[in-house]
Amino acid sequence: MVLPHVRFPRILLMVPVFGLLGGCNAVLLSPSGDVALQQRDLILASTALMLLIVIPVLITTVVFAWRYRASNTTAPYDPEWHHSTQLEVLIWTAPLLIIIALGALTWISTHVLDPFRAIERVGPGRPVAAGVKPLTVEVVALDWKWLFFYPDLGIATVNELAAPVDVPIQFKITSGTVMNSFFVPALAGQIYAMAGMETKLSAVINKTGDYDGFSANYSGAGFSHMNFKFHGLTQQDFDTWVAKAKKDGKPLDQAGFHELEKPTEAEPVHYYKSVSPGLYDSILNMCAEPGAMCATEMMHIDANGGGGKESEANLERLQSDKHKVREGNESPGATFPASGRAAHGDEQPQGMKARPNAGEANAQKTEPGTKQGDAMPGMPGMKKDSPAPAQLNN
Amino acid sequence: MFSNLDLQKLVFGRLTLEAIPYHEPILLITFAMVAIGGGALLGVITYYKAWAYLWTDWFTSVDHKKIGIMYVVLAIVMLVRGFSDALLMRAQQAISFGDNQGYLPPHHYDQVFTAHGVIMIFFMAMPFVTGLMNFVVPLQIGARDVAFPFLNNFSFWMTVGGAITIMLSLFVGEFARTGWLAYPPLSEGTFSPGVGVDYYIWALQIAGIGTTLSGINLIATIVKMRAPGMTMMKMPIFVWTSLCTNVLIVAAFPILTAVLVLLSLDRYVGTHFFSNDLGGNPMMYINLIWIWGHPEVYILILPAFGIFSEVTSTFSGKRLFGYASMVYATVVITILSYLVWLHHFFTMGSGASVNSFFGITTMIISIPTGAKIFNWLFTMYRGRIRYELPMMWTVAFIITFVIGGMTGVMLAVPPADFMLHNGLFLIAHFHNVIIGGVVFGLMAGVSYWFPKAFGFRLNEFWGHMSFWFWVVGFYFAFMPLYVLGFMGVTRRLSHFDDPSLQIWFVIAAFGALLIAVGIASFIIQIVVSFRNREALADLTGDPWHGRTLEWSTASPPPDYNFAFTPMVHDLDTWADMKKRGYVRPLEGYKPIHMPKNTGAGAILSAFATIFGFAMIWYIWWLAALALFAILVTAIGHTFNYRRDFYIPAEEVVATEGRRSQLLAEHA
Ligand code: HEM
Ligand SMILES: [Cu+2]
Repeated sequence: MVLPHVRFPRILLMVPVFGLLGGCNAVLLSPSGDVALQQRDLILASTALMLLIVIPVLITTVVFAWRYRASNTTAPYDPEWHHSTQLEVLIWTAPLLIIIALGALTWISTHVLDPFRAIERVGPGRPVAAGVKPLTVEVVALDWKWLFFYPDLGIATVNELAAPVDVPIQFKITSGTVMNSFFVPALAGQIYAMAGMETKLSAVINKTGDYDGFSANYSGAGFSHMNFKFHGLTQQDFDTWVAKAKKDGKPLDQAGFHELEKPTEAEPVHYYKSVSPGLYDSILNMCAEPGAMCATEMMHIDANGGGGKESEANLERLQSDKHKVREGNESPGATFPASGRAAHGDEQPQGMKARPNAGEANAQKTEPGTKQGDAMPGMPGMKKDSPAPAQLNN
Repeated sequence: MFSNLDLQKLVFGRLTLEAIPYHEPILLITFAMVAIGGGALLGVITYYKAWAYLWTDWFTSVDHKKIGIMYVVLAIVMLVRGFSDALLMRAQQAISFGDNQGYLPPHHYDQVFTAHGVIMIFFMAMPFVTGLMNFVVPLQIGARDVAFPFLNNFSFWMTVGGAITIMLSLFVGEFARTGWLAYPPLSEGTFSPGVGVDYYIWALQIAGIGTTLSGINLIATIVKMRAPGMTMMKMPIFVWTSLCTNVLIVAAFPILTAVLVLLSLDRYVGTHFFSNDLGGNPMMYINLIWIWGHPEVYILILPAFGIFSEVTSTFSGKRLFGYASMVYATVVITILSYLVWLHHFFTMGSGASVNSFFGITTMIISIPTGAKIFNWLFTMYRGRIRYELPMMWTVAFIITFVIGGMTGVMLAVPPADFMLHNGLFLIAHFHNVIIGGVVFGLMAGVSYWFPKAFGFRLNEFWGHMSFWFWVVGFYFAFMPLYVLGFMGVTRRLSHFDDPSLQIWFVIAAFGALLIAVGIASFIIQIVVSFRNREALADLTGDPWHGRTLEWSTASPPPDYNFAFTPMVHDLDTWADMKKRGYVRPLEGYKPIHMPKNTGAGAILSAFATIFGFAMIWYIWWLAALALFAILVTAIGHTFNYRRDFYIPAEEVVATEGRRSQLLAEHA
């Protein structure tokens, strides 16, 4: 049997192109920050380079597939032809040349756009003026919200970020929980937020406007709502915004952070007018909990030859992952039986908002564990209503 | 600690009745369906007294052909499961906008995407690929079986054990909510207490043993058991790609095993390899898992490349263009696939030089891959292309894969990846290469070798249905995701705020429905073909005018594959033999030495599965017992000395005589 015609849905290949044309809201293609803009250009340039070879290949495929169909007996047929040195050279060098070009582009752009490196321009042809101090923002990913410190301004915010246009911003990013990824597509590419570590991102916003920011790395039940708005403001509006935070906000201290840290979903925006000194550093060093030992302290002890047997006592103070669990918070990825919810049940994990349209079962759960008795039978010290024993294996 | 020794915990660990989701209608229905379907199947088997047949002829079989077929059956069953998960996600994402939260709460949805990814990669694509290699490789190299036939049976059953473990999580307890690679710290005991991640770990560990052993087996087979005259550079290209794939398996899977052992230690005994605190380092896990993970994608795609090479040259009626450069390309890809893993986490904060190094190595892989595409094109050039199903899949593959490859290279430019990483662009890219490459390749392989395996061809109408629905469905399901990627939409979301995105998700859901029709057509195709097997019968053993040795024997091949070991003089041995007027020898048959079937593999795997289950639920006594049973069975098996037998010469004469008669009638 011979198909009369192999017609591939080539028109479908146009779908992405349509998307781009119609996509005025395709933020990656029309970003508002200079870094994102350069990254956009890179996406376009690399696509163009590859299309140089991809389009001929696609055309050749269709032409050969059609021309050499069995029913076309006018086409030459040469069953033994299987080698041609010229062609071999061509098919290895053509991609090689493209990759050399792309490789050079990659090497240069990766260094220029290294997120750890302070930006050198705020826009095409507009170098950062000498003596301009970037705006520093310290970013902390929490379950499931973002905490932003403005150390130079003394304020902090939850789930809202703002910056004046054309001023370099220096983000310092960490996590108070599992791994997340800090991403404002209109501003600049993403970078992971990891506990006990600090990543950096240098960027600038060029147009005023409200942009979407979110976590791009799955972090548990409340991940879908881990969004925030990023406002690009004029200097004047930015000052007003700061003033508002100073006026409306409460102070943020260790105890407040402790409260904030508990898992919540779709946390409303709020401001802090002041921040107790060293809070960000203690989060970064995993010692924001009272009595905890900071990683820097431990490193200091180690650098001095270690603490010997006595350092056993430090162990407890260093277990920062467990402290959430000691609080009785349900862990972000808990499954049955530790979650205290029936397997596959409809009850929401702790910290999540009730689902309006998901039926009664989804109303905010008041008494975890009622359905199934103890989260784990026979576990001592498990009160009926205490959720999520953390480490069941101890 | 003795105060908390209580009887229930001692006997059942953390397993309680609540682990069974009897209050969950969807699961209850699924379970009922599985139970009724399974019950009916068991009933039918019992009614036809087929148990003994299945057990002696299939389950305990050490015949590489039967094991290969069982692998593929497993893969198709798991494809249905994995695809059901995909439909659930597509439905959720198509409706969950604004106030509408969809019908899957996040802790369901998160299990679904994790299970989908794990099942599709480990229990669909892997068994499918392994099954085809198992079936085809010995036939293509003129061997009677693989090097270690019992090991082969054992490997298969371990894969089944893993699949059973993951399926159990649906009905007893829950599955992981971590994503398919279970990144810590989320997958640590502190952040994911409960059985989900433990199901993940043990399903992969049990199946992983099977995968690694089958890799060793196939390497030994290819290296040691080729027919006389078949030098390395005369091996069929599928054998080359299989060799490279199995080298990758043997080199990569132990890394996965080790990293999962470390994660288990963290979870079970409280070590701190990957925790945030006490010196643990999650980044280490992410590196290690991708040092396995990137070779894994080549493990899947290389055999598919091999299939396309065989298909293109067969249906173009031509020798493969640039055999040598095809081989070099495969080997180069094999080596390079170990030098690119970091491209999966450019955003973790490595320096610019490290990132560019891995970006550039990744791009370099596209050179041999590109060379392969050109080789297929020039094989078609001046050919006489017969558009049978396998060839249709191949042309669809070339077009689709070129697009997927291009988006892959975009992701290899680190600053561009900062934008595209973890987004739907990435999801679109890897489905583009995995469906357009691996799945299309497997479909081509099935329709190509099906007549060889069963002695009849597949129905064409339903094959065309399946083809068009798959291909068109793919474009509808995944092109919108590229668009959504450019709109800055991230993966693994179960709810969206921006209603303007919805239309794209609806199109994608429509595409998934088309694929559903494609999958259904594929299954109908098999059923219809089975019922018309008389009319579709392949009597010649060579329905496609094949070029490699598997087409020189009967369809289905006799247990011993070849009555006489073939002599190889040229690449495309069978085409060469036909050209030189090969005549089947009709006498001089000798008794043939064969391995004997054994149930040890199935029994060992059953104990391993019980062991996994016991570990997941902390039923320590059962774990110890199962481990003990494994040891006893394994040692006991070594005392089984009746492992081989001879097929008497008369039987060979009879079998070959029947074939001569068929061939004569057909001629
Ligand atoms: C047949 C049609 C398929 C459809 C409609 C489909 C659909 C999807 C969807 C909707 C997601 C989730 C995307 C998100 O996170 O937002 C996904 C993820 C994924 N799919 Fe598929 N898929 C299909 C086939 C496959 C195949 C054949 C494989 C591999 C062999 C595969 C491997 C994966 C993996 C590894 C993930 C990532 C899971 C994770 O996020 O942890 N899929 N797929
Ligand atoms: Cu990779």
